[in-house]
Amino acid sequence: MAVLTEEQSMLRDAAKSWVQEKSPVTAFRKMRDSGAELGYDVAAWNEMAEMGWAGVIIPEEYGGSDFGYLSLGLVLEETGRTLTASPLLASALGGASAIILGGSDAQKSAWLSKIAEGAAIATLAVDEGPHHRPDKVATTVSGGKLSGKKTFVLEGMAANVFVVSAVSGGAVELYLVAADAPGVTRTKLNLADSRGAANVSFDNVAVSDADKLTGGAALLEKTLDRARAGISAEMLGAAVQAFEVTLDYLKTRVQFGQVIGSFQALQHRAAKMFTELELSRSAVEAALTAIDNDAPDVPELVSLAKAKMGDTFHLVSNEMVQMHGGIGMTDAHDAGFYLKRARAAEAAFGNQAFHRDRYARIQGY
Amino acid sequence: MADFGGTDLEAFRGEVRTWVEANFPAALKGKNPMQVEERNTPTPDMEAWRKAVGSKGWGTPTWPKEYGGGGLSSAEARVVQGEFARARAYNPIGGMGVMMFGPTLLEYGTEAQKQEHIPPICRGEIAWCQGFSEPGAGSDLAGLQTKAEDKGDHFVINGQKIWTSGAQWADWCFCLVRTDTSKKHEGISFVLFTMHQKGVETRPIPLIAGSSPFCEVFLTDALADKKNLVGPLNGGWTIAKRLLQHERSGLTGAGGGLGSGGKPIEQLAKEYVGVDEEGRIADSDLRTRLINNVMNMRAFQQTAVRAMVEARGNASPGNTTSIMKNAGTSLIQERHEMALEIMGHQGLGWEGDDFSAEELGAVRGWLFGKAFTIFGGSSEVQSNIVSKRILGLPDLTQSK
Ligand SMILES: Cc1cc2nc3c(=O)[nH]c(=O)nc-3n(C[C@H](O)[C@H](O)[C@H](O)COP(=O)(O)OP(=O)(O)OC[C@H]3O[C@@H](n4cnc5c(N)ncnc54)[C@H](O)[C@@H]3O)c2cc1C
Ligand SMILES: Cc1cc2nc3c(=O)[nH]c(=O)nc-3n(C[C@H](O)[C@H](O)[C@H](O)COP(=O)(O)OP(=O)(O)OC[C@H]3O[C@@H](n4cnc5c(N)ncnc54)[C@H](O)[C@@H]3O)c2cc1C
Repeated sequence: MAVLTEEQSMLRDAAKSWVQEKSPVTAFRKMRDSGAELGYDVAAWNEMAEMGWAGVIIPEEYGGSDFGYLSLGLVLEETGRTLTASPLLASALGGASAIILGGSDAQKSAWLSKIAEGAAIATLAVDEGPHHRPDKVATTVSGGKLSGKKTFVLEGMAANVFVVSAVSGGAVELYLVAADAPGVTRTKLNLADSRGAANVSFDNVAVSDADKLTGGAALLEKTLDRARAGISAEMLGAAVQAFEVTLDYLKTRVQFGQVIGSFQALQHRAAKMFTELELSRSAVEAALTAIDNDAPDVPELVSLAKAKMGDTFHLVSNEMVQMHGGIGMTDAHDAGFYLKRARAAEAAFGNQAFHRDRYARIQGY
Repeated sequence: MADFGGTDLEAFRGEVRTWVEANFPAALKGKNPMQVEERNTPTPDMEAWRKAVGSKGWGTPTWPKEYGGGGLSSAEARVVQGEFARARAYNPIGGMGVMMFGPTLLEYGTEAQKQEHIPPICRGEIAWCQGFSEPGAGSDLAGLQTKAEDKGDHFVINGQKIWTSGAQWADWCFCLVRTDTSKKHEGISFVLFTMHQKGVETRPIPLIAGSSPFCEVFLTDALADKKNLVGPLNGGWTIAKRLLQHERSGLTGAGGGLGSGGKPIEQLAKEYVGVDEEGRIADSDLRTRLINNVMNMRAFQQTAVRAMVEARGNASPGNTTSIMKNAGTSLIQERHEMALEIMGHQGLGWEGDDFSAEELGAVRGWLFGKAFTIFGGSSEVQSNIVSKRILGLPDLTQSK
């Protein structure tokens, strides 16, 4: 754990106790069983917003607390532990970052306070296929009309505004497009991890310069790096929890006349997981801190964090099922939830292969 | 310990810089003759540099001044380290005395023992060796049999040690001996004796890497003064465990430096394997494995930094050194293997002018590196420590 300021410790403790009381994994299970249209529990999201979590990175003049990305990462880590489904990542981090970094005063006034209150959901609509390839953009703007299809948009059904990447005059630009604008249609996706996602198509949607964010492809990368670091923090919480639950099981499940945690074949794998979690935590915290410091090596640190965290969550989620034996295969057990969430989070904003390649390219090999 | 603010620290930096400029022999620039063999045949320049640093106590910068250390805060110690690096100067004070024995004696020794043994370590005058392992006691170190008999004011020691690094050059030995045969862990004592005596015989053992940096040590009526018993009689195990923590943290660079030296591995790969039209390493399979290693190494270093920050500079090696030892040593070994693979047949030279120094170094490094997961507690033993001490997993009871 990084050395925290007093405000950060308070924020983390508040998140920890709210998550444990109000949003245990049973809450996620209930949401999934109910087939919630949006992929999250609206009442719980309102409570989160009331506690100020939707405004952690938003400047004070727009009703946020401007505590920064490490602080928001602490909240995401806690909510990640119990797989709490909410627009915290997509909107309060992803959508908000684009507007904070590239929005005009008018755009900021129009959206940031509402995002901070949790009243509006903003989300990034950047991918166009099964893989994260932000540099490959087929969506275009010409003659004031935006057209194209975006895939796997997080909280796509709940969103009030999309941050859409599109090629205009030969360059990638980001546009704010209201979800109720004529020409926007969305289809709910039912994914293995039960979280909210949609495919969104834009059919000659009217856009003007006033809808464009400033910064182009560089803004897109900067925004994506923030989202990548944020989801890595969520993955850290989920992986730590998956590990702790498994460790508990190793200490209680008896076979061959002793708890299975006394078998060295399992002990050494537990030690390996613990080690990987420690290394991953360092990478995630370093990335978030670098963003807060606006350090020049944010891109490589973020790719390191996302790749390392992806590998670790992959490992731990597999071991969680394996070490629980038959019970881990049942839907009644939580292990499957962590396994499914792990793969969805790994694929979001670039999987391990994407970030390893990116890291090496940045380093020049 | 002085609490230097930023400006005082800058003043101190200036002082160190001037001192290094005045004292560091130019001929040693960029060299690191701290391998045991070279250290034991010093040139006059090496001797001068050792004496200069030793008299300042800057080779052991954070150790107390009253025992010959530098008495510096960790921030000041980093300044010294930084200035040495800047001048491409090595720290001439090293070896097992600095790495593991000194810190342990400072914690467990009597005032008289510290006064006698610490200052020569700070001045780099005395080489220590570690007499722990025996033919029948490796991982299960507490099974050691070398016996010490109480003869009033001294012990008489009989038995055999093995794998004792640098024993053939050492002046003194810190040694685990059995002083009670009725108990296992509680029958072990921690004693110090001089290697320059009749009852001590050393026989070097050649390694797969070619050199013979360690020995068998035969102890036949060897003598240790009672005043050189560290801690209580039969209380040596606690001290030994502490010493092993220092050893582990030193071995993996949990304290900072996990340098494999030489060129960065990705640079080597570009030179030997070539690049594609986009400037990427041409062998994509190698490239992927290499990136993975480089990234994991970075996460490892971030973790070392985080551990230090979280301990607010007072990092004292604990159980986490076991995690760090396993993570660090496996990454280094992976890197050794890759260096060899990258160099191809040029990376298999044993000696001769057909191979560059870098190539020969890669082969020897690869071979010696296999020891990293064996000594200081093998990686399996570290995993046992992590699962039992940190994760609280139980021991196996008798199988039913
Ligand atoms: C899809 C499915 C179908 C099945 N079908 C059948 C069926 O038709 N008939 C039937 O009788 N059973 C069936 N089973 C049960 C299956 O055989 C058991 O799940 C399996 O034997 C493991 O037992 P367990 O679930 O109690 O796990 P546990 O034995 O509790 O194991 C938990 C974990 O501990 C590990 N472990 C246990 N002992 C040791 C040890 N000594 N050393 C190291 N690790 C150890 C295990 O490998 C596992 O990772 C089925 C299970 C599944 C998932
Ligand atoms: C280059 C080098 C320098 C050394 N320098 C010194 C020195 O200066 N002083 C000194 O005292 N010693 C020194 N050693 C010795 C070193 O500490 C021992 O080699 C080490 O403790 C392992 O003991 P062993 O060789 O007897 O192997 P063993 O203990 O016999 O181990 C053999 C294998 O079994 C595994 N194993 C053992 N117990 C377990 C277990 N409970 N669970 C799972 N696996 C297990 C080990 O991990 C290893 O893979 C040195 C060794 C080397 C290689």
